[in-house]
Amino acid sequence: MSEPHMETPEELDRANERPVDEAAPTGNPGGATTSDSVRGEDVLLEVDHVTLRFGGVVALNDVSFSLRKGEIFGLIGPNGAGKTTCFNAMTGVYRPTSGAIRFQGESVVGKKKHEITRGGIARTFQNVRLFPEMTALENVMVGADAHHKTSVLSALFRLPRFWQEEKSGRARSIELLRFVGIAHRAGDVSRNLSYGEQRRLEIARALATNPTLLCLDEPAAGFNPAEKEDLLRLIRKIRDTGVTVLLIEHDMRLVMGVTDRIVVLEFGKKIAEGTPAEVRDNPAVIAAYLGVPTDAA
Amino acid sequence: MSEKANFRENGGVRGWFGRQPTWVRSVVVAVALVLAFLLPYAGDVPLIGPQIVTEGIDWPSALFNMSYYVLLALGLNVVVGYAGLLDLGYVGFFAVGAYGTALLTSPDSVLYADTGWKWLMAVPVALALTMVAGLVLGWPTLRLRGDYLAIVTLGFAEIIRIFATSTTTLRGDRGFASIPHPPGEWGGKPIFGVTDAVPYFWLGLVVIIAVILGVRNLDRSRVGRSWLAIREDEEAAEIMGVRTIKYKLWAFAIGAFIGGLGGVLFAGEQGFINSQTFVLQFSILVLAGVVMGGSGNMAGAILGGALISYIPDRLRGISLGDTDLYEYRFAMFGLVIIIIMVLRPQGLIPSRRRAMELKDREKEVAPQ
Ligand SMILES: Nc1ncnc2c1ncn2[C@@H]1O[C@H](COP(=O)(O)OP(=O)(O)O)[C@@H](O)[C@H]1O
Ligand SMILES: [Mg+2]
Repeated sequence: MSEPHMETPEELDRANERPVDEAAPTGNPGGATTSDSVRGEDVLLEVDHVTLRFGGVVALNDVSFSLRKGEIFGLIGPNGAGKTTCFNAMTGVYRPTSGAIRFQGESVVGKKKHEITRGGIARTFQNVRLFPEMTALENVMVGADAHHKTSVLSALFRLPRFWQEEKSGRARSIELLRFVGIAHRAGDVSRNLSYGEQRRLEIARALATNPTLLCLDEPAAGFNPAEKEDLLRLIRKIRDTGVTVLLIEHDMRLVMGVTDRIVVLEFGKKIAEGTPAEVRDNPAVIAAYLGVPTDAA
Repeated sequence: MSEKANFRENGGVRGWFGRQPTWVRSVVVAVALVLAFLLPYAGDVPLIGPQIVTEGIDWPSALFNMSYYVLLALGLNVVVGYAGLLDLGYVGFFAVGAYGTALLTSPDSVLYADTGWKWLMAVPVALALTMVAGLVLGWPTLRLRGDYLAIVTLGFAEIIRIFATSTTTLRGDRGFASIPHPPGEWGGKPIFGVTDAVPYFWLGLVVIIAVILGVRNLDRSRVGRSWLAIREDEEAAEIMGVRTIKYKLWAFAIGAFIGGLGGVLFAGEQGFINSQTFVLQFSILVLAGVVMGGSGNMAGAILGGALISYIPDRLRGISLGDTDLYEYRFAMFGLVIIIIMVLRPQGLIPSRRRAMELKDREKEVAPQ
């Protein structure tokens, strides 16, 4: 396959045999409490003093953090802390009131949503947003189409490019359905999938856009412990294919088990940043999660 | 699972059809095509023939009318059924196609001295014009959805009609006469004359087949997927990399093109058009046909388009006491639509997706 974005997860795997941890925090003994401690060349995404207001509500208040290539990064905080808003700012849904967001050194602010996706940021939604009347396979193929070049005319007259991309896109989509473990539902309309399958399908659809950075918005919400365990395995598997993962999660224990670094938000403000161990012992975080001083259920 | 497995549902007749080997499918399609071309002789079929082709019907004309209604339904189905853009002004494109043809060919046109073209020469230009009209309507309405879009498109059709009524160039009621017929001769006589509508029906049928093939190809490609994704969740579609603006514009342009095809055929058959030809009711009828047949599904659009044209014709010459039912055709027609929508809310030939959606809702409300 000539186009690099058509790699299957297996191929990505092979291309990525260097240990992913190479980029991870070896030189990070004192605990990274500011984003400046991330070495420049490793930075994938930079959220730089971002403030985002909705009228009177300050959903993000001067938030800064950076993601390194190849890590699993946790974004946690109580409900209403601004986590989803942060995703929305990164993916072009909302425009920050001030501040910058740079992905691979390039600003994403003001870019169109589909441009940002094609640039390498993919996401899932906190409330599943599949295309309900399309089959699971078609849902994933919409993601795969992001990098296709078949024009309306070549689709109309079934020119060679149409056949070639349809075939490769389809194969890759089936591969991804297998990767997330729901290949047997490929032909089913996505609204008929179980809740857990729908969450997995969303991940497959996002992966189909061939992202460098995958953002998961509470992917384990509503899961039982066994399902959560499966999901963690999947997230690690995704990271092992070379995709950087940004994970929003509510469940502290889940995040602790899988992430390399964590940023904690509360009321739109970053209150802590560091490794899971550091964050766990941080008094501000404990206060935020135990509902002290405010009751943020 | 097999890579060749059809990735859409496999229920019912369509499922059966999809599972057949290629030769069976080819035979079925060929038989259907032959039957379609033989429709002008449907009246000769014993028993059912006279039920379909009643005394009061000018059957060849009725068939031709059906053919352009079917074209319009197919085009509107792309816009409404696939892309989910509620367009109430679809007749506008039909009008642009017909007026484009008239302006370029009729001796009544101000352009006649410079153009005075044959019908066939005018066709590509008139069609290009309708596509431009589609973009002109599509561009400013891109941000609108649902009800708002419906209102703006309604306005668009009215603007075209009022324009046609009140500008001297478009001649209002006086209209354009002597629009040439399509070309061709058979045994020294023109194929497309004024007495026999059958050749026009056949021409319409050929165009319909081409449109079906084209739309089917688009539907089963990234274009169709993009349209569906936009219909289902526009923002999620864009976040998954779909260029929503581009595909919405294409839906408008392709829908307009197909509507324009109806218009040029209509002008070529009638030889005369005026501003009375393109009433709003027409748009509503076509939309009713699409919904009645089964929105988002070509077979449904074809059936719906044919029925909205056929039902009023079928009522011709039938009297109940001393009232001619044809007088009450729209009331009857409304009644038929209501009955169909009550009995089959998903349309006569539902889109698989829509059918499933409704079935599931029934399950949800049904007591355990
Ligand atoms: N579109 C919006 N309009 C107004 N306020 C919003 C909007 N989206 C989010 N907010 C507000 O921003 C704050 C952060 O919300 P959100 O990012 O969804 O939190 P989280 O995902 O961390 O639970 C909340 O107070 C929420 O009410
Ligand atoms: Mg949220």
